[in-house]
Amino acid sequence: MKPAPFAYARPTDLAAAVEALAGSTNAKVLAGGQSLVPLLSMRLAAPALLVDINRLPGLDHVTSDASGVRVGALARHAAVLADEEAHRVQPLLAMALANVAHATIRNRGTTVGSLVHADAAAEMPVVLALLGGSVDVVGPGGRRTVAGDALFLGPLESSLAHDEIAVEAFFPALAEGSGVAFREVARRHGDYALCGVAVLVRLEDRRIVEARAGYLSVSDLPTVVDLAPALAGGGPEVPSDRALEAAGELALAALDPQGDIHATAAYRAQLVRVLTGRTLRAAYDDARRRTEQP
Amino acid sequence: MTTRMFGERIARVEDDRFLRGAGRYVDDLGADALHAAVLRSPHAHARIVDIDVSAVLDVDGVHAVFTYDDLQGPMAEPLPLLIPHPALTHGRTQYALAKDEVNHVGEAIAFVVADDRYVAEDAVDKIVVTYEFLPPVVGLAAARAAERLVHDDVPGNVAARLEQHVGDAPAAIAAAPHRLSLDLDIERSASTPMEGRGTLARWDTDSGRMQVWTSTQTSTGVRAAVAAKLGLDLGHVDVITPDVGGGFGVKIVHPWPEELLVPLAARALGQPVKFIEDRREHFISSAHERAQVQHVEVGFDDDGRLLGLDVAFWHDNGAYTPYGLIVPIITSTQLLGPYKPHNYRVTFESLYTNTVIVTPYRGAGRPQGVYAMERTMDAIAAYLGKDRADVRAVNFIQPDEFPFDHHLTFQDGRPLVYDSGDYPQLLDKLKALIGWDDFETVRAEAAAQGRRLGLGLACYVEGTGVGPYEGAHIHVETSGKVKVATGLTTQGQGHQTAFAQIVADELGVPFESVEVVTGDTRRMPYAVGTFASRAAVMSGSAIHLAARKVKEKALRIAADALEASVDDLEIVDGSVRVKGAPDSSIALGTVAVLSNPLRYAFDEASGAATQFSVGDPGKPPVAEGEEPGLEGKDFYSPERSTFAAGMHAVIVEIDPDTAEIEILRYAVVHDCGNLINPMIVQGQIHGGVAQGVGGALYERMEYDENGQLLNASFMDFLMPYVTEVPDGIEIDHLETPSPLNPLGLKGAGEAGVIPSAAVFASAIEDAERLDPGNLAVTAMPISPSQLFDLREHHRRGHPVVEEARQRRLETSAQHRKDPS
Amino acid sequence: MSEELHDVRLVVNGVPHDLGVPARRLLSDALRHDLGLTGTHVGCEHGVCGSCTVLLDGTPVRSCLLLAVTVSGSEVTTVEGLTNADGSLGPVQQAFKDCHGLQCGFCTPGFLTTITAGLRDNPCPTHDEAKEMIAGNLCRCTGYQNIVSAVERAAELIAGEGESP
Repeated sequence: MKPAPFAYARPTDLAAAVEALAGSTNAKVLAGGQSLVPLLSMRLAAPALLVDINRLPGLDHVTSDASGVRVGALARHAAVLADEEAHRVQPLLAMALANVAHATIRNRGTTVGSLVHADAAAEMPVVLALLGGSVDVVGPGGRRTVAGDALFLGPLESSLAHDEIAVEAFFPALAEGSGVAFREVARRHGDYALCGVAVLVRLEDRRIVEARAGYLSVSDLPTVVDLAPALAGGGPEVPSDRALEAAGELALAALDPQGDIHATAAYRAQLVRVLTGRTLRAAYDDARRRTEQP
Repeated sequence: MTTRMFGERIARVEDDRFLRGAGRYVDDLGADALHAAVLRSPHAHARIVDIDVSAVLDVDGVHAVFTYDDLQGPMAEPLPLLIPHPALTHGRTQYALAKDEVNHVGEAIAFVVADDRYVAEDAVDKIVVTYEFLPPVVGLAAARAAERLVHDDVPGNVAARLEQHVGDAPAAIAAAPHRLSLDLDIERSASTPMEGRGTLARWDTDSGRMQVWTSTQTSTGVRAAVAAKLGLDLGHVDVITPDVGGGFGVKIVHPWPEELLVPLAARALGQPVKFIEDRREHFISSAHERAQVQHVEVGFDDDGRLLGLDVAFWHDNGAYTPYGLIVPIITSTQLLGPYKPHNYRVTFESLYTNTVIVTPYRGAGRPQGVYAMERTMDAIAAYLGKDRADVRAVNFIQPDEFPFDHHLTFQDGRPLVYDSGDYPQLLDKLKALIGWDDFETVRAEAAAQGRRLGLGLACYVEGTGVGPYEGAHIHVETSGKVKVATGLTTQGQGHQTAFAQIVADELGVPFESVEVVTGDTRRMPYAVGTFASRAAVMSGSAIHLAARKVKEKALRIAADALEASVDDLEIVDGSVRVKGAPDSSIALGTVAVLSNPLRYAFDEASGAATQFSVGDPGKPPVAEGEEPGLEGKDFYSPERSTFAAGMHAVIVEIDPDTAEIEILRYAVVHDCGNLINPMIVQGQIHGGVAQGVGGALYERMEYDENGQLLNASFMDFLMPYVTEVPDGIEIDHLETPSPLNPLGLKGAGEAGVIPSAAVFASAIEDAERLDPGNLAVTAMPISPSQLFDLREHHRRGHPVVEEARQRRLETSAQHRKDPS
Repeated sequence: MSEELHDVRLVVNGVPHDLGVPARRLLSDALRHDLGLTGTHVGCEHGVCGSCTVLLDGTPVRSCLLLAVTVSGSEVTTVEGLTNADGSLGPVQQAFKDCHGLQCGFCTPGFLTTITAGLRDNPCPTHDEAKEMIAGNLCRCTGYQNIVSAVERAAELIAGEGESP
């Protein structure tokens, strides 16, 4: 379990990094490397060139304002998780990040790296998609912004060109009257989820008027489902058990859970049902708490 | 005597070096060594048509590549079949490098030696093998169907078929008032020590001597194999087992191909060579255990008393049988646990599959046997509507029935006779510890909050301390330091501490002056190995006996010097003294000086032993029947095994919706005879329980139909972290000394893991018994997904429970456990 | 075709080292094989077991998931650097000994480094926090019971050190 040989570049400015990538059709970007290095060691990935961006300046920021949270390409998960301002502006970030692997991995792994790795079993791609965030990428043609729902093309496949580098992710702030929650079921604490759900709701007069859920580990892509139809016409303030169940069924209709060695398709479907209800309820409670104790 | 060390919680002497990062594991040695990597079969079953290594020779830094064609003499023969058995009519072992066929993914094909492991792996990638694919046999169903064969010359894939019986079980069952039958499955797990296998060898061209350091559970076994396979005299081979990062059974197998190929390459190249197995290799080329399919027929009376027990099981031994039939024989005999079935018949078939070999993993067949027996006990209790503990109690061998002869043959070829025990008292202790009699109240309180609890129990008896023997050599140096050597090896059990405790007590020396060496054939060439919970019993007893010999010799010499009778002497704090007259004493170091009459002095102390200083000129300097040196050597070779016992109980909480299983309490009562060091025994139990949790709820080897292991990594083979094990393990001991050895010891190493599958199956079934109703757990390990599917399957078969389910759905939402 | 070597400077346990290693050299191998600091153990080489955990500029990381070249210029603390200045066992090491927190000792270095950093950031962990602190490290021997106790014991020892003059 040792990596195959590769050429190595460690540029100190972004232009040089892009140039290095452009010079090879089989190059990989190394940031945190917590997903890449195991693939190298198992020789499941054997790039000709590794472009190490860890020395690029000005990319390790976590900055928040009223619009949302901006996370630089070299900001480690742990830094994002520990950032109180980011937590205040968009609490879903910390809720999800606490479920990303174990603390030691979060110390090195980067949030932006996790996004462009485009793993449908990872937490942060779903968060980005659910919140309608985006990623800024820099390539030979300059800088462009890729919307969250356009970033993920397939399993471990992002829409970045081979010579583009993701430099920053943007997670929109939690809007007034809104609440969020995150739940996942994993085999062991810290493992990839068998199913994970992030929910964003918005209340008006204590009633849910918007509800969307993002699902990880259920489909090939991080998938966002609009749950509002299941809650439509709901009389009481607190979503009823029946409404929560309906939301789960609605989600299931939009998803196609697959089986693997850890969970059968039927079990995944059950987790979608159960976690949809639980997470939706938790997001509702979160929104109530925020609106009533601002 | 000074403070007695036996039975005390003495802090471990080995910890200091481990805690400083100064342990010496195989990969920490041989900084100058070349590194090996192995080309392994990517296919489960194939003929090798051609191996082209030409591209490898051009790789910078590659020193050698070996394939089967490079092996000669004994190396070209199959690896040894370590434990032959008359019933093993079709035993097969692999070659060190595959000859013309591979029989599992991971089987070694070529061996590359290079400057470092990176380059060695580059070279392995350049070897081109042409295969002719053969259909693989994966899983017991395929093996039994025998539509395809693993080995062409093994009909039905049957390596062995063995039956034992006492009484007439079929007749007794037919005549019994009640009868049940059960079909049970248990899947593969593996030892999975944190350190994989590893071997370093140095060939000394000048002296023609081979030194091998290997991460093994048997130095002497590896030594004999290396000598035989490489054509070396035994006296020219040393095998030294350095610190070992866990064994749990897998490292008792020997010689692994690499344990021969590394010394072979070292001799061929005249340079030290090292092989360090990586994690993926450990999954696909070391050993697994546990997989069996079992069928139980039982007849019993109104009290649940066994009248006849008829068990058939099918054991998946993987592609080869180097370790013989040990695992299924243990299953077939230890299945009986603390019970007396009166009429018992057991039949097993050991079957080939195109998967990794199956050899002992901590528990070694016992977890499967206990699982079969305890599932049967629970089934009887459910059938009769009786308390599960009561049904067990009525079947116990009673304390006045020891020694109890089962009239069967155990794994060591000797009669299965239990030496001592008190099972009713163990059960009483367990019930008290877990609160057995109050559990229905606890369950009801939880149920009122929408929580689903279950309680399980399982009992076992474990044959420990199997022969044939272990030995010890003890040498008191003139400094007074006590050097102890025993031949079996150590993988974290604290032998350096526990054995020193025994010596300190018997010899009367300070604990700190005792130094214990294990697994070094230069120091003790006669030994068997560390397995079957035998180290404390076997080497502990041998060390005790050797210390006694040293003591007797010291007293003889000191009696002369002090002009006292041996009977009037005692050894306290490292000095021999006259009882009641402590001023009249002589240090053991001085006794050591006197024991070795010298011609030449090398220091002041030794001057006292030279020819003009001591000795009666009228007698030979070394008395008749004596040897120079204050040394003692002895061996312990018991007639048969000693039988430890224990009982576990667990309370689980299961999520009604997600089927996630949480352990709320775990209780262990344990009888391993007298405890040398309770701290170490407790640690062994903790570790065993954690492995048991893994084996029951998390770990399994996921082979696909092509024989590919789908979870050959720590990402997907789910060894428990701290978050998956019980938060606190409640332990109570009973000490029923063994009459078979001088210290009354029984083994403790494997105990913690043995009843795990059984106890969790019992608890999960108990938790699920009302909804969906009489759900039977018949396959372990079990994951939440499998439990959920089992529930669904059961609901489809039992529509009456739908109503209960609907009721629950309407009420449970607000009471669910929050998984975050 | 010999591989290009890269200059790497690592300050390990306070001692600077200059190395020339291929880009693919894992930090774990650089420590163990190039610097001879074999206290850091390699249990899986895919970042799951935690045996190889070292402190990189004070922060726990998996040394098997880092290329040596990418962390050039950093300070690394390994298990060999956890003893007290006078050579006695450091508080986390001592706590492991007191509590029988190790058996075979192979995974132990990764626990010791992780807990050292964990207690620096959270000197008085609750029982659950003590468990969380070690939740990313695998041990096959101990069942973790005594390791959790050792975290709590180490916190006491460190607190006691602070009180003594």
